[in-house]
Amino acid sequence: MKIIYSLIGVLALILIVALGVGTADLQYLFGVIIPVLAALVFGVGIIYRVIKWARSPVPFHIPTTCGQQKSLPWIKSATLENPQGRWGVIARMALEIFLFRSLFRNTRVELRDGPRLAYGTTKYLWLGGLLFHWSFLIILLRHFRFFVEPVPFFVLFIQRIDGFFQVGVPILYVTDIFILLALSYLFFRRIVSPKIRYISLIADYFALLLISAIVISGILMRYFWKVDLIAAKELVLSIFSFHPVVPEGIGLLFYIHLFLVSCLLVYFPMSKLMHMGGVFLSPTRNLSNGSRARRHVNPWNPPVKVHTYEEWEDEFHDLIKGAGLPLDKE
Amino acid sequence: MSEKTPGPNELAKIEYNPPKKDWMNPEVSFRKGTFNYSAIPKSVEYLGLPYARKWQPTDKDWNLPANWKEILLNGLKERLDKFRSLRIFMDICVRCGACADKCHFFIGSGDPKNMPILRAELLRSVYRNDFTRAGKILGRLAGARELTVDVVKEWFFYFYQCTECRRCSVFCPYGIDTAEITIIVRELLNLIGCGIDWITTPAANCFRTGNHLGIQPHGFKDSVDFAVDDLEENTGVRVEASINRKGAEILFVVPSADYFGDPHYFGFLGYMALFHEIGLDYTFSAFASEGGNFGLFHSHEMMKRLNAKIYAEAKRLGVKWIIGGECGHMWRVLHQYMDTMNGPADFLEAPVSPITGTKFENASSTKMVHIAEFTADLIKNGKLKLDPKRNDHWKVTFHDSCNPARAMGLIEEPRYILRNVCNHFYEMPENTIKEQTFCCGSGSGLGTDENLEMRLRGGLPRANAVKYVHEKHDVNLLTCICAIDKATLPPLLEYWVPGVAVAGVHELVGNALVMKGENERVVDLRGQSIVKKEAIDHV
Ligand code: SF4
Ligand code: SF4
Repeated sequence: MKIIYSLIGVLALILIVALGVGTADLQYLFGVIIPVLAALVFGVGIIYRVIKWARSPVPFHIPTTCGQQKSLPWIKSATLENPQGRWGVIARMALEIFLFRSLFRNTRVELRDGPRLAYGTTKYLWLGGLLFHWSFLIILLRHFRFFVEPVPFFVLFIQRIDGFFQVGVPILYVTDIFILLALSYLFFRRIVSPKIRYISLIADYFALLLISAIVISGILMRYFWKVDLIAAKELVLSIFSFHPVVPEGIGLLFYIHLFLVSCLLVYFPMSKLMHMGGVFLSPTRNLSNGSRARRHVNPWNPPVKVHTYEEWEDEFHDLIKGAGLPLDKE
Repeated sequence: MSEKTPGPNELAKIEYNPPKKDWMNPEVSFRKGTFNYSAIPKSVEYLGLPYARKWQPTDKDWNLPANWKEILLNGLKERLDKFRSLRIFMDICVRCGACADKCHFFIGSGDPKNMPILRAELLRSVYRNDFTRAGKILGRLAGARELTVDVVKEWFFYFYQCTECRRCSVFCPYGIDTAEITIIVRELLNLIGCGIDWITTPAANCFRTGNHLGIQPHGFKDSVDFAVDDLEENTGVRVEASINRKGAEILFVVPSADYFGDPHYFGFLGYMALFHEIGLDYTFSAFASEGGNFGLFHSHEMMKRLNAKIYAEAKRLGVKWIIGGECGHMWRVLHQYMDTMNGPADFLEAPVSPITGTKFENASSTKMVHIAEFTADLIKNGKLKLDPKRNDHWKVTFHDSCNPARAMGLIEEPRYILRNVCNHFYEMPENTIKEQTFCCGSGSGLGTDENLEMRLRGGLPRANAVKYVHEKHDVNLLTCICAIDKATLPPLLEYWVPGVAVAGVHELVGNALVMKGENERVVDLRGQSIVKKEAIDHV
């Protein structure tokens, strides 16, 4: 049911733009106004969310440590998994963000007769996640060739590598294949695995389907129903120079692609996709384990009612005396 | 063990596939053996907490205050503004499921709401409903649900079914720590008087007497005196021990179970033998007679209230620095919270071992050193004469307690000690130790008799790993550095893997320690013969 809802959602979006551009000739709306607004919402939304996070302080020093602490000089500490200083934290975060360190640890529990519990490593989720995110990033960077003229060198470089296999005309990008594979894996595991299916919300399917629709429309445009890319680039550049003009005959598929991207931009800041920003701020990962060496300050550390020694001694005076223990007040 | 607890074979029939129906409909049945009793009014009142009343989770009507919902939502709002952790953890979970089968309660029960992700969603769904726009507009479609009495009951059931062990956080790609969420939901529940007795009453005891068990000053003195006598009987050496002595160099703080519980007590003997042998100038305190802190399981505020006495007492006694005994959650508080809450301890000196001269730079701000760090340093510097053969009757494995492993990284120190004090040491499988260690299943105040079935379930992964080394290497002793472990692992092992005892690391230190002027040791600190079994057979 949840899957159907999200599928309907994505199809409805496609229908909107198909009607809007195909029948009502609203090219300017879908080619200029909506994308610009979406970009604005995206930018403002992300800033709003990050500020909201940042305004809540980090009262306590709560890293999750995943290796040996730095204590005695002759015990080798795990600098990456249990960082002491700033550089260690940066390295730990880099591993997490670029290589998904924690997901790499993933295991799968199995209960056998006996009872005997076994924990096998499982790297599929790690691999699927890594493939998806890296492909997404590379594809995004490749798109810079539509945004800037002349095309920056790094974009050409990425393109060269991505098209390394030189298969077909136009050249096939491996990231296109990878992202499709990864998205299919991420989607189908939500359906096939009973546990994951149980925890999935509509939003989880929706995000995957929306991104899939964007990818598929992009791929169709590139390899199958070609659109006028020169014209498309003209449109994009004209927006960036603040004199938007909509060239004739770019092709519907382009508008579908663009509208879905706009939807993603709007959806991003209000959804779990914000994990992209949140991971940087997660206090269990971005703090060093130096809380006994350097005092962490809590900005709202309120005084609390405590039981003082004097009160304690008063209450137990005779017992303390009887036991022959020293008293402050005789 | 109550006769109603099913046997191991039956308990181990676990279905990991979730049921068909949606988790969003709150539904709990408070079945005997799977939950904890409510806090008694007397303890709630003693601590000055709101809504003390007589009630039990099995009651249909929990007698909540009239404005319970307002209290909870305001409380949540306040905490969202105070804890970045909470805000981030509410917002960024992608429901990837990596944490799902990492929780010992899920592994032992198969209850889907024991998957850390769903445990967190129990709160997150309410957060979405009342604090996010999408949730307000789309409601259930956006995964939001209203806070109802049934949701409160569900919170009570599942957030007192999380031991705040942080294992899930190790595997989460964003480090989402369900323990943090549990801590905060328990704070909320306590705002409407829905705490459990095994947390609130020890906290009340601790506030009053200085320790969870409610032992009064003379009782503390007696325990220490007994220990001195017992040690003399076992070793022939009479040690000195002082209490509340001003001007000692070091204050030594232990969890109260160490001087009252079994097998904790044998480790306590170990500490005392060790300190005597190296001539340490230390004192106990009958006021700071508890290093453990059930406040951690109650609220940040209670944690601070109970923790305050340690620095206060160190200051009053004029010691230079502090050593802390073997206890897991105690060290979470000491390591990650104490300095922030009750510091700065600028009246103390940065710890330097008077025996080896080692500076404990990692503790230069809190001025509190873990006894395993202290002892490992002694051994490394050759200050102890050890005879590991005296532990030959034990085949030993080591259980990393959750907090030292995942909130400190105290992993090698105890192992280094063990390798020096015994000859037969075996590790459990890799996925069950160090940062991936499994909880005893009874931590965070859940170690009650009434909760026994859930504890046995939650402890299954740990016990099962012990069983592995028991069968493979004949391991007969599980060592650890945690007072809750020492209290709750013995019944757990008796149930799942009979024939394995539990001991603190310093019990083995005490056994192996060759003391000046000692008798020939024929018994260990437990009073058990250490003369080889064959030798006895031949007599
Ligand atoms: S591992 Fe983290 S992101 Fe994934 S479901 Fe669990 S809490 Fe959410
Ligand atoms: S902190 Fe431990 S007990 Fe709590 S949900 Fe995570 S794994 Fe389970």
